[in-house]
Amino acid sequence: MTETPDAAVAPAAGFRDIVRLEGVQKYFGSIHALRDIDLSIGRNEIVGLIGDNGAGKSTLIKVMTGVLAPTSGRIFIRDRAVDLGDYSVRMAHDLAIETVYQDKSLAEKQPLWRNFFVGRQITNRFGFIDIKRQKKIAEDILLNSIGFRGVGITVDSTVAQLSGGERQGIAIGRAMHYNSDLIVLDEPTVALAVKEVRKVLDFVRRIKESGRACVYIEHNLAHVHEVADRLVVLDRGRVVAEIAPRDMSVSALTEFLIDLQKAH
Amino acid sequence: MGRGTAGGIEGLPIILVFLCLLGLFMYTAPSVFLSPFIYTTFLSTLPPLVLLAVGLTYVIGAGEIDLSFPAIIAFSGFVFAVLFKEYQLGWIAVIAALAAGLLVGFVNGLLIAKVGLPSFIATLGTQFFWAGMATVLSGGKSYALRGAEDSSVWQVLVGRLDFGAGAPLWLNQISLQAVWTALIAAFLWLVLNRHRFGEHVLFIGDSNAVSRVVGIDVDREKIKLFTLMGGLAGLAAIFLTLENKNFFGNQGQGYLLTAIASVLIGGTSIFGGRATVIGTVFGCFIIGMLEAGLVASGLTGAWVRTVQGLIFLIAIIFYLTVEEPHRRAALMARFGFRRGFGRAKPAE
Ligand SMILES: Nc1ncnc2c1ncn2[C@@H]1O[C@H](COP(=O)(O)OP(=O)(O)O)[C@@H](O)[C@H]1O
Ligand SMILES: [Mg+2]
Repeated sequence: MTETPDAAVAPAAGFRDIVRLEGVQKYFGSIHALRDIDLSIGRNEIVGLIGDNGAGKSTLIKVMTGVLAPTSGRIFIRDRAVDLGDYSVRMAHDLAIETVYQDKSLAEKQPLWRNFFVGRQITNRFGFIDIKRQKKIAEDILLNSIGFRGVGITVDSTVAQLSGGERQGIAIGRAMHYNSDLIVLDEPTVALAVKEVRKVLDFVRRIKESGRACVYIEHNLAHVHEVADRLVVLDRGRVVAEIAPRDMSVSALTEFLIDLQKAH
Repeated sequence: MGRGTAGGIEGLPIILVFLCLLGLFMYTAPSVFLSPFIYTTFLSTLPPLVLLAVGLTYVIGAGEIDLSFPAIIAFSGFVFAVLFKEYQLGWIAVIAALAAGLLVGFVNGLLIAKVGLPSFIATLGTQFFWAGMATVLSGGKSYALRGAEDSSVWQVLVGRLDFGAGAPLWLNQISLQAVWTALIAAFLWLVLNRHRFGEHVLFIGDSNAVSRVVGIDVDREKIKLFTLMGGLAGLAAIFLTLENKNFFGNQGQGYLLTAIASVLIGGTSIFGGRATVIGTVFGCFIIGMLEAGLVASGLTGAWVRTVQGLIFLIAIIFYLTVEEPHRRAALMARFGFRRGFGRAKPAE
């Protein structure tokens, strides 16, 4: 797929892992949501993150992307330790890490052009937004990167007017626009119709083809198995297995997860 | 385009309602509504309401509420009156009263963003606290600011425009607080629609969770939001005290419902995420005009609140039905407080 111009830029060289977590712990009060996590995400790989509800998948990627601070542990980005006191979503953006959440990536009542740029608006030095320029770029992303042509969606449409699959497309298209080296997806196919799911899986493949890495949380094992290079299994806050999809069939994987639950 | 814009003219429905009401009053009370003086009177009495309501447009647009501004009007008004009258501090009294409003707002912001109280509860508490404080400090006294009109503070803030002796009388009765208020409202319209802060306010009102995820510092923006509201209430207090040349402890009480009603009549969403400064300003005009209009049309003053309340309800039902039908269903289902008062949501 070569028609995405800004998606074709390969990540900068000179590092081994895009993100590495070492000994990461996260408590919510007395809930121990992440236990001693060691995990690295290499360049240009799709890592599937799987596990039961409440296993800590969302918490793990929130820590990884600066939404939540870990209680302890270390985070390396491109092999450099980040100062956790400073780490934030904004800083993750600056370090070329983007996240697409299941239903928390876009604001419903706001137009698409605002959703594309919120958090990093194009402004003058007083903070006033260059609306014309933002709309023009948003239109370009919409037509060229995401490929929404002739479906009646414009940059002035609100998110509420889009279908579930279209929303994921917008969110992933936005992430790709920002030349990110790593795109994190948290259950992007929840509640989507089959046809829409296929679209999202195509978006995931595009991420890899454009030379980026992807962390992909998915409860549907067939879907992750299909696109991931490596599967990481989380159970009650702990990484309990790393599996190469070619070494284990979908049904064996399902058995494995069911056995994990039985052990609870 | 099929699923295109929700565009159109900002605040159009409410502007039409305003024009209809105006026409109605011109018909039922022509002697009042066909003369310019009722309008110049509005220009000196409406500015505090407009300042409060425009600030509340931001607050409600962000999915929060502020109930403490009547107390800020009492407290800031007291600070101003004492420093202006007893200590003859002039402009320093103005700055101190503004600072008092900003400070109260800032504390509200901290309670909501950092301590995590729902804004409804936090500002209910601070409303009592600062109103009580103003009563304690003033000892329940009122302060008459006789001779205030000779001061530069009065002339600059609430004086009348001077177009010279040849100009029509009503032109020379346009009060400066209307000019200042119009400038502030225009600036805040610009900020809401075109500034990063305004965009953040609307996104926060849409969803706190989305806002965090896209990198908005939600806590900091909420603190800014309540501080802004406090500052505007402080300025409203100064205008009110100067225009009346009098301070009394209850001077803010009448504004609680009228300001909130103006915002919601104007079309700002009670769920947050959508807000219109233009709608709010026309909402204020309607609320302000009803009082004069009903009385001039022969109804007793007792009817005013009743009719205001009725229009308020009709407007809300209209917006819910037209703009957010799915939300209306949700509201019916669990009547009351889910998102309207922010933060009363489980963590994501
Ligand atoms: N903001 C929060 N406050 C308190 N507990 C939380 C919060 N977020 C997640 N948790 C808890 O942490 C655990 C892991 O949750 P989560 O990461 O959402 O799991 P998953 O995404 O794998 O379903 C759960 O027990 C959940 O209840
Ligand atoms: Mg989750």
